[in-house]
Amino acid sequence: MYQTVLDAEAGGGSAALRDLHLSAYRFMLQARLLDEKLASLYRAGKIHGGVFLSRGQEALSVSIGVSLRKTDVFSPLIRDSAGRLAFGESILDALQTCLGSALGPMRGRDGNVHRGRPRDGYLAMISHLGAMISVVNGTLFARRFKGITDAVGATCIGDGGTATGAFHEALNQAAVEKLPLVLVVANNQYAYSTPNDREFACADLADRAVGYGVTPHSVDGTDLSACLEVMGRAVAQARAGGGPQLVVASLLRLCGHGEHDDAGYIDPRIKNSPLGRDCLKVAEDILLSRHWADASELASWRNEAVRAIETTVARVQREPAPDPFAEQWTAVAGTDLRETHEELGV
Amino acid sequence: MSITYLEAIREAQAVALRDDPRVFIYGQDVGAFGGAFKATKNLAKEFPGRVFDAPISEDAMVGLAVGAAIEGLRPIIEMQFADFSTAGFNQIVNQAATLFWRTNVPCSLTVRLPFGGTSGSGPFHSQSLETIYAHYPGLIVMTPATVEDAYSMLIAAVAIDDPVIFCEHKFLYYHLKAEALPSEALPIGKARIAREGRDLTIVAYSAMVHEALAAAAELAPEGWQIEVVDLRTVKPLDTDTVMASVARTGRLLCVGEAWPWGGVTAEVIARVASEGFGLLDVPPQRLNAKDTPIPYHPNLWAAHRPTARAIAAAARKMLRL
Ligand SMILES: Cc1ncc(C[n+]2csc(CCOP(=O)(O)OP(=O)(O)O)c2C)c(N)n1
Ligand SMILES: [Mg+2]
Repeated sequence: MYQTVLDAEAGGGSAALRDLHLSAYRFMLQARLLDEKLASLYRAGKIHGGVFLSRGQEALSVSIGVSLRKTDVFSPLIRDSAGRLAFGESILDALQTCLGSALGPMRGRDGNVHRGRPRDGYLAMISHLGAMISVVNGTLFARRFKGITDAVGATCIGDGGTATGAFHEALNQAAVEKLPLVLVVANNQYAYSTPNDREFACADLADRAVGYGVTPHSVDGTDLSACLEVMGRAVAQARAGGGPQLVVASLLRLCGHGEHDDAGYIDPRIKNSPLGRDCLKVAEDILLSRHWADASELASWRNEAVRAIETTVARVQREPAPDPFAEQWTAVAGTDLRETHEELGV
Repeated sequence: MSITYLEAIREAQAVALRDDPRVFIYGQDVGAFGGAFKATKNLAKEFPGRVFDAPISEDAMVGLAVGAAIEGLRPIIEMQFADFSTAGFNQIVNQAATLFWRTNVPCSLTVRLPFGGTSGSGPFHSQSLETIYAHYPGLIVMTPATVEDAYSMLIAAVAIDDPVIFCEHKFLYYHLKAEALPSEALPIGKARIAREGRDLTIVAYSAMVHEALAAAAELAPEGWQIEVVDLRTVKPLDTDTVMASVARTGRLLCVGEAWPWGGVTAEVIARVASEGFGLLDVPPQRLNAKDTPIPYHPNLWAAHRPTARAIAAAARKMLRL
């Protein structure tokens, strides 16, 4: 049995807390199963390009999604399948993007984790690490400008991404503007193959917050209860006018960087340490030990999620691929500003 | 024994490290891991203290290389993908490119850009950036199309006293093979006639050379003899070789995988049109990627970039004129 934040609390089990855990767990489970399906589709050659999985990072990610309101802003990164679902992304959107359906939100123009619905406050990441943070700042700046004062914006980055100039510029910017930003760093100990000690030299990434005048939070990213509590607090503080919050979670990615990578560089000692425990298993143990769910409920949720995923895969596989002859070959929104020379390939 | 384009790049770096103690390699995951594409495989082991993992800090990676160049070292920077070099753009174009002109101190460094489209890679892992770098005075921009050139040009890049943007095409990494590595090479800045012909000149570089050669082969049974010029470096641009070829054929088609607007193909056509207008029997044409970001889906991607088929079709139109 694992030690969790909740165990330390006396009693600790209001109905609301139970419901929060149950809802978070079910999104984690869906995300894990969706990831597994994507991995098997990739191995079967059904997915073009890469597949990037979130295995081991679901507890952290889901805690963001369930702590936000639908009217907030969320800009997830590569390992946020769980947070995406919890924020309201459908399995359909995810699969249409990964399988390249013309009917999906990205219409085959972009793929895998590069998906979103910006109009719904759900931003579509670009690959360049660090680049989304200031964009979230912009959405929050704009909302304040428009008189909306209760919105929070959350975004995620890895330990490696904290070394980008973009990360530092945006964190400073958020602090200067006192924006309700929750910046979540998933420190999974590696940036691709590069271990923490070749990425940064401070003792703890949370220390970065202080230098920018930002509130730091640290959390065990393998512990769902801890993640829910810390993320809930960070989001509430941002919403209450406390300015930007930096949440740093410690965990381990339990998969390759992408499905092409066997992650042979991960130190077995870290794998066997508490960082290497599977957050989904930890979450199950929490639910069972608190009698918030029993084994048969866990099994039926799993079956339900598998069915939803399988049905959606079958549906998406029947959907049309994008047609280059029907494609609008322009990146300009203004119809009167589009160039139409044959040389431009239009 | 055969060697791939990617292995040639690794070998060239091994040679540079072996022959010149001033050379070091710096980039994300280039150390023990050997790089995202394995272009530095085993180099950290073979050359201890010469190959360093960088944080994800492209701006600082290039800045460090400029500082090291000022101190007389010869850094090779690996960008994980060319697309991410834009995060180091300022240091490349404003620092590295201007140093010699401003201070008379040469800035000898090489930035390796794994570039170009591969199916399914999408808008941020497929870009061709030779044009924007070539636009800035002070940079040398190399675009090798063959295993031999990948090898000899990278060795040359490290030896050159100017900052070199070395564009290595990801599509060629594994596909392209040669029997052996060359012991000599054409000088840098000199284009190569990749196939001789007398009816039409196709000017191309990097992966598009192979599409152009395939198009030439497709047109041969129809009786057309197509000449293919491989630019090798887009800056400097070997206008003389292009002009001499157009003088033989009277027809010019320029092919580039990059976007059309203000691109290398536009530059070639501008030069030929202004200096060799009288050599042209028909209006010169160019074929580029379409003017949109690079699509993820293979169906769209295949239509977005020039292919042998599209090149042959464009050539046929010009040949009928
Ligand atoms: C600016 C930039 N440089 C390089 C890359 C290539 N790249 C993609 S993921 C990655 C490692 C990211 O590590 P980390 O931020 O720790 O996230 P993790 O993969 O561990 O979740 C790198 C170097 C990139 N996407 N953006
Ligand atoms: Mg990481």
